[in-house]
Amino acid sequence: METSRDHQPAIEFRNVSYALNGHSILQNLSLQIQRGETLVLLGRSGSGKTTALKLINHLLQPTAGEIFVDDRSTRDWDVIRLRRMIGYVIQEVGLFPHFTVERNVALVPTIENWAAERIHQRVQELLRLVGLDPQIAARYPRQLSGGQRQRVGVARALAADPPILLMDEPFGALDPLTRAELQKEFLGLQERLSKTIVFVTHDFREALRVGTRIALLEAGRLVTVQPQAEFLASKEPLVMAYKNAFDGNPVMGRGEP
Amino acid sequence: MNLWQFMLQNQAEVLRLTGEHLWLVGVSTFIAVLIGIPLGILITRWPILNKPVLGSANIIQTIPSLALFGFLLPAPWIGARADRLAILALTLYALLPVIRNTYAGIKGVDPAILEAGRGMGLTDRQLLVQVELPLSLGVIIAGVRVATVISVGLATIAAAIGAGGLGEYIFRGLAMVNNAVILAGAIPAAALALLADFTLGWLEKRLQPR
Repeated sequence: METSRDHQPAIEFRNVSYALNGHSILQNLSLQIQRGETLVLLGRSGSGKTTALKLINHLLQPTAGEIFVDDRSTRDWDVIRLRRMIGYVIQEVGLFPHFTVERNVALVPTIENWAAERIHQRVQELLRLVGLDPQIAARYPRQLSGGQRQRVGVARALAADPPILLMDEPFGALDPLTRAELQKEFLGLQERLSKTIVFVTHDFREALRVGTRIALLEAGRLVTVQPQAEFLASKEPLVMAYKNAFDGNPVMGRGEP
Repeated sequence: MNLWQFMLQNQAEVLRLTGEHLWLVGVSTFIAVLIGIPLGILITRWPILNKPVLGSANIIQTIPSLALFGFLLPAPWIGARADRLAILALTLYALLPVIRNTYAGIKGVDPAILEAGRGMGLTDRQLLVQVELPLSLGVIIAGVRVATVISVGLATIAAAIGAGGLGEYIFRGLAMVNNAVILAGAIPAAALALLADFTLGWLEKRLQPR
C-alpha cells in the first residue's frame, strides 16, 4: 500500500551552503534523495562530499539553506532523535576499543533501553547479516582484521534498524580484495533491506558499482546528478575526465561480479 | 645508635608517624581527585576556562611549600589546626597533575571514535561517561600517581608547622645533627613514595584502554 509519504524524498537539500572561517566548502547545493535509493556522493578530497553527509545528521550546521529529513528541517529535529534514526558508518570505523563487538553493535539499542534478550538476539542476527561468525561477539575490536572491523561498523549502524544509512568511504581503508568482497555484500544487503543510503566515495568504480544514482561534486558545487547508467554515458567533461583516469581498468557496472 | 636500633626502639612512634603521613597524603590526594577531575572535564567542555584554570594551578605549584603554609595560616577554621592546613596545602599542590591529565586524557581520545558516537546519537553525557572517561582513565590515574608521589615528599615539610608525619624525624634529626634520626624519617617516606608509585602504576596499566 502506498501513501503520499512514499513519494516524498527521504532527504532533501534546499540551497544549502556551508562555510568554515569564511572559507566556502559547499555552495548552494540542492538535491533530493528518494526512499530506498543509494545515492553516491562522488568527488575528490575537498569537494565537500563528507561535509554534505555530516549536514544530514547535523554533525555540521548549514550556514545557509536547509536540509529536510522526512520532511522536517534538521534545525527543527531533536538532534539526538534524528541521529538515532540514521545509521552512520565512517572510514576509520570508530568502534569503541573498550567495548566488545557485542557491546559495540548493541550501542544504540542499549541507549534506547531495549530488553537484554532482544538486544542479544539482534546482535547475533546482525553479525550473521554482515557475514560474521556470531562467535566473534565476545572479542575486542583490536582482535579483528580491518575487514571484520568494517563489517562490525556496518552491523552497529544497522542495529536499531534505521531507515537511513550514511556511509563515508566505508571501504576506503581496506585492501582491494576485501573491498571488492564488502562491496558485493553491500549490494546484497541493500537489496534485502531497502534502506535509503547516502554513500560517499572518491572512487569512480566504487560509485558505479554501489550507486543507483551518482552525484558528482567538485569544489563545493554539484556538477551533475544522474542514474548510474546515464552517468556512465555522460558527456559532462568532468565525468569524462574521471572515466579517462580509470582507462585501462575496465569499469564494472552495478551488479556485475 | 644506628638507624635500625633507633627504629626498633621507637617502633610505635615510627608507625604512628607513618600513619599520620599516610593520612595527610591520602586525604589531600582524595580531595584533589574530587575537585581536579571535574575541573579537568569542565575545561574540555568550556575551552575558555582552560587557560585560567590550568594557569592558576600552575601558579600554585610555583609557590614554595613553606611559604604556602605561611600564607594559609591566617585562614579561618583551616588555620586553627596544623593538619587541616597541611591537607589544604597538599591538595592545592596535587591539583595541577590531576586537572592537566584529566584534560589531556579526554582530549587524547581518537576523534573518529567521538564522531561515530555523536553521529549515532549519544548525548554529551553518554559520550563522557561511556566513552571519554573510560578511554582516558589510564592517563587520569597517571596524573593521580604523579600527584601522590609528589605529596609523599612534600608532606615531610608539614612537620615544620606541627602537622606531624615522618617529617618530624627529619626535622628532629637535623636539629640533633643525627643522621640515623633523619633516615628514620626519610627511608619510610621514600618507601611510601615507591609503594604508591608501584600500586598506582599497576592500576594505570590495568585501566589502559585495550
